[in-house]
Amino acid sequence: MKMLVDIPKCIGSGQCALIAPDVFDQDDNGIVVVLREDPQDTPELREAAAVCPAAAIEFAAG
Amino acid sequence: MSTPLTTVHETVPGYPRVRDDYVDPARVLLDLPAISPLTFAGGSVGWLVTGFHEARSVLYDPRFSAERWRGDDTVRPIPRRIRENRGLGPGSFLSMDAPEHDRYRGLLTKFFTVRRMRALEPRIAEIVESCLDDLENAGRPADLVRHFALPVPSLVICEMLGVPYEQRAGFQRASARLLRQNVTEAEFEENFSALIAFVDDTIRAKHAEPGDDLISALVASGELTDTEINGIARLLLVAGHETTMNMLSLGTFTLLRHPDQMARLREDDTLVPLAVEELLRYLSIVNAFPVRVALEDVEVGGILITAGTCVAVSVPAANRDPELVEDPARLDVGRSRSSHLAFGYGIHQCLGQHLARTELAAGYRGLLKRFPDLRLAVAPEDVPMRSDMIIYGAHELPVTW
Repeated sequence: MKMLVDIPKCIGSGQCALIAPDVFDQDDNGIVVVLREDPQDTPELREAAAVCPAAAIEFAAG
Repeated sequence: MSTPLTTVHETVPGYPRVRDDYVDPARVLLDLPAISPLTFAGGSVGWLVTGFHEARSVLYDPRFSAERWRGDDTVRPIPRRIRENRGLGPGSFLSMDAPEHDRYRGLLTKFFTVRRMRALEPRIAEIVESCLDDLENAGRPADLVRHFALPVPSLVICEMLGVPYEQRAGFQRASARLLRQNVTEAEFEENFSALIAFVDDTIRAKHAEPGDDLISALVASGELTDTEINGIARLLLVAGHETTMNMLSLGTFTLLRHPDQMARLREDDTLVPLAVEELLRYLSIVNAFPVRVALEDVEVGGILITAGTCVAVSVPAANRDPELVEDPARLDVGRSRSSHLAFGYGIHQCLGQHLARTELAAGYRGLLKRFPDLRLAVAPEDVPMRSDMIIYGAHELPVTW
């Protein structure tokens, strides 16, 4: 699994930082900061991607 | 290939705003197909979206405009001021599209990050405690809306924005009146002007004497005109207390009617954050909007929505779609977090969502702890529900303990 985060799409909702704080944070302007480029595939990670209002978090096989 | 317009059902004659059993979406909303024709308040015929996936795709798609002046509304015609001025004025980014919207929102996200809201937790807990004192001192029975559900978010948003709470009479009444479904043109004008004037006074005061608050920070940023700051502050002020207030009161009402769920929270208060998400989904107080207008022909769920047509998303219905959660009619405070649409979706998703989550968690937690024997002081049918308002909830909630 490979995670792809499209940072320009981010609107700073912060839901990923709330749900998967070990993978995502927000910068001073609220925009996503990826803490782990190659994170473990957890339910929280999938949930963070599913709720992102900008659909900025995606997964690719491999 | 889809076959647009071949399976269209009967036109819904008006948005079904009255709820069943106090909090459930009207039965008819749940029985509709994912997209149905709807007659809007101004008489135009557009579409009503009740399906979860269809709602998300409409709210995400930039081909659907959030500019209200372009279209029609679900429960009341668009006020003349909005039509004629093509919006609510500078800074009012809830009804703007990108890139104009993004500029304003981009200046504000930093004030509402998860980290900022965590830092506010102790202060919010203090505010909750002081309101609980007031509720207790009011004596039994007491109105939970007046003594708790309204003052908690009102105090919080006033403090954040730098609006003196003692002056709340200057905006609470105007804000409440603007959210009536049957507001007349004259009332809308009067209350809208009152709100502008009130915020103008606040901004002037911040120029003279800046504080450690959001309006002062916007003034100091030098990036916005006072008219723009006024639009932003009005939006945050109204959105900041009308929504949380109703979630606090309706959430309490609902827990009181589901004693098994209330007991689970009392036993294990680590469930509170999940309960907040579930109550947001289950209650969906944003009753009859958002509304979007198609800027070009767009297909959604096999239906061709032609340019210029309005689309109303029913948040209460979409949040009860079995495509979202299993057994959606069941309130389950331990349910795993869902992708509910209570805060919307797409670029307009609620800016203050983590503030709301923080306030609701502190509010429910504080209330359950302080009043182990909290109960309704009247029969449920005697609680005056906000069927006449844009945001659903209870006008009053008489409780005892």
